Amino acid sequence: MAPEISVKNGKLSRRAGISDTNLLLTITIVVFFVMYACAVIFLGSGFQKPQAFFNILNDNAALIILSCGMSIVMITGGIDISVGTLTALVCMSCAVHLDYNGGSVITAMLLALGIGVAFGLVQGYLVAYLEIQPFIVSLAGMFFAKGMTTIVNATQFNVEHEAFKALKATRIYVPGMGSINKLGKYVPAYVEPGVVVALLVVIALFILLRWGKLGRNFYAVGGNMHSANMLGINVRRTKFLAHLLCSTLAGIGGFVYFMHVGSGSPSHASGAEMNAIASSIIGGTMLSGGVGNVVGTFFGVLSLSTIKNIVSSLGLDEAWWTNITVAAMICLFLVVQSVVLLRKNQSKQ
Amino acid sequence: MTKLETPTKKTLGTRLKELVRQQIFIPIAALLILVVFNLIVDPSFFAITLGQNNNGDPVLSGYLITILNNASELVILAIGMTLVTSASGGQDISVGATIAIAGSVILRILCGDQVRPETMQAPIIVAFLVGCVVAMLFGAFNGTLVAYFKIQPMVATLIMFTAGRSIAAWINNNTLPIVNDPVFAYFGNFIPGIPVPTPVFIAIACMIVIALVLKFTTLGLYTQSVGINSHSSRLNGIDPAFVKFLTYVILGLCVAVAALIKVSRISTINYSVIAKDIEMDAILAVALGGNALSGGKFNMAASILGAYVIQFLTTTLYKFNVASDALPAYKAVVVIILVVMSAPVVREKLSKMWKARKEAK
Repeated sequence: MAPEISVKNGKLSRRAGISDTNLLLTITIVVFFVMYACAVIFLGSGFQKPQAFFNILNDNAALIILSCGMSIVMITGGIDISVGTLTALVCMSCAVHLDYNGGSVITAMLLALGIGVAFGLVQGYLVAYLEIQPFIVSLAGMFFAKGMTTIVNATQFNVEHEAFKALKATRIYVPGMGSINKLGKYVPAYVEPGVVVALLVVIALFILLRWGKLGRNFYAVGGNMHSANMLGINVRRTKFLAHLLCSTLAGIGGFVYFMHVGSGSPSHASGAEMNAIASSIIGGTMLSGGVGNVVGTFFGVLSLSTIKNIVSSLGLDEAWWTNITVAAMICLFLVVQSVVLLRKNQSKQ
Repeated sequence: MTKLETPTKKTLGTRLKELVRQQIFIPIAALLILVVFNLIVDPSFFAITLGQNNNGDPVLSGYLITILNNASELVILAIGMTLVTSASGGQDISVGATIAIAGSVILRILCGDQVRPETMQAPIIVAFLVGCVVAMLFGAFNGTLVAYFKIQPMVATLIMFTAGRSIAAWINNNTLPIVNDPVFAYFGNFIPGIPVPTPVFIAIACMIVIALVLKFTTLGLYTQSVGINSHSSRLNGIDPAFVKFLTYVILGLCVAVAALIKVSRISTINYSVIAKDIEMDAILAVALGGNALSGGKFNMAASILGAYVIQFLTTTLYKFNVASDALPAYKAVVVIILVVMSAPVVREKLSKMWKARKEAK
């Protein structure tokens, strides 16, 4: 499959000059649809219902938001590995705020946003203005959020706040989609409110990256910092805003995650930062900067969770198969990307 | 006299400035701050007592010994990580997971098919060598992706980071084999009759080996030249891909040694917990040593010292009864302070302020 695509796109690149971003995006989307189609054809029951697809969205709404933020930082050539533990911190803080401190849902939302913005301001300042490597800064951020979560509250508990429970149980029915269950009743397909937030984030960021001045600056800074500087782009401010945006999105994603699970725990969203990085990579964002797209990231998240579902419905239930398959998938995508880009660069020369 | 005094003062000042500018100054300063802090708060931190363990053998105990002992794996990893960072301009985040794999292999060879055999099924040296080969193979896998497929190191090693612990569990069919032989425990604890923990000796042996390798081979020179400019190294007849590949294999070897210590400490393994987050500490050690994480020049001694600083910090925090779950928060604050202090931008600004103040006087 891989060489086929590369040959096809190789021709395209000579004719229309397809950019790296679009090339990798095409690969991701094609692979996702092929994979899902295979699942529907060969694995049947579990994947045919529309709700199966919407459940993937429901389970991964938070990850989509986190991954989009990660993609933006990666496009500017940085990285932020603090988003996973930041999600846990947001969950725990909101849970404690709602149940013990008598807060309302609105203040909990503001709290989540505030935590995200605060992390973004500090990390962005350290990375952009003090020129410390983003990996180290976000490593410290990750440690800090991890420790703070247990300082806020060390044990897991479910939130009993009435208004929040109502919000958590909110279902948005998708018109025209549904299936007939075993009793012969028609069950409409639904999504959680978090999915709507996630989709809005993807659309907003897509518009920002495609047509926004700031979005174009992200690509310019990630592609070549010095030429961006010479073009009159404020490199430091751009980097600062990228990190601020990423952490703010992590705050929003944290609240979406909180809405999905409805509890606070130090082990929430553990490893989410690595899943976010993996999704971005599968979606065609390159860690070296300058290449990437949030639509690809969106499909990256979907691919990642589809492969997980496929593995579990194949009956390979031992815990290790999921991880090994996901790793194999990342490996495959990386090698395909690297081969495609190497070939493309050679054909240019 | 006054005429004589001024020049000596100047040389002292310039010497100080030279010292501050040196790379190894950062970890030394961090270590000094920690030492002074502990001296002021509680001097008994530095007490070392000679006691006896359960078997009646003499053992040294005290916080300093704990630091030296527990830092051993980190030091060994920091050696490999420094080389990888220097050559490829990225870090290997899979070392914790590969430690789990290597440890699992070692136990698998020692225990055979049984979970808790009475005697070891194979000599320790065989198990260790097989562990080394496996760890180096995984290192080679990472190295191939980085060097030949030109994938960013952090992303390439993300694969093993994701799959490593699962592979480790798979090797032993998810059982937790236990080695009963006391000889196996020597590597992670004490050899009877020697009061210093064995990991300290292993770490020192690794340091001597790497010092000799850097002194008598071109490894150090080649890694740095590839890290600084891989294109011009190519023009000078060095194969940059091979040098990068080699550093990952060397890191694999370091991982195997660290894995031996780790599984020997408890004579068994816990796949999801063993060496958790050690990759972050190892990268931090390299960064604290003042090495650029984007590759190029490195200072091995500074990295090793950085590893000890991290362990010193962890032990200090434990001493103040910080819960192990809350530990990362304090660690993060200290790390940020250290990194901000050593950031070139901040240092430049501080020295400018210093000069301005002097001129104002």
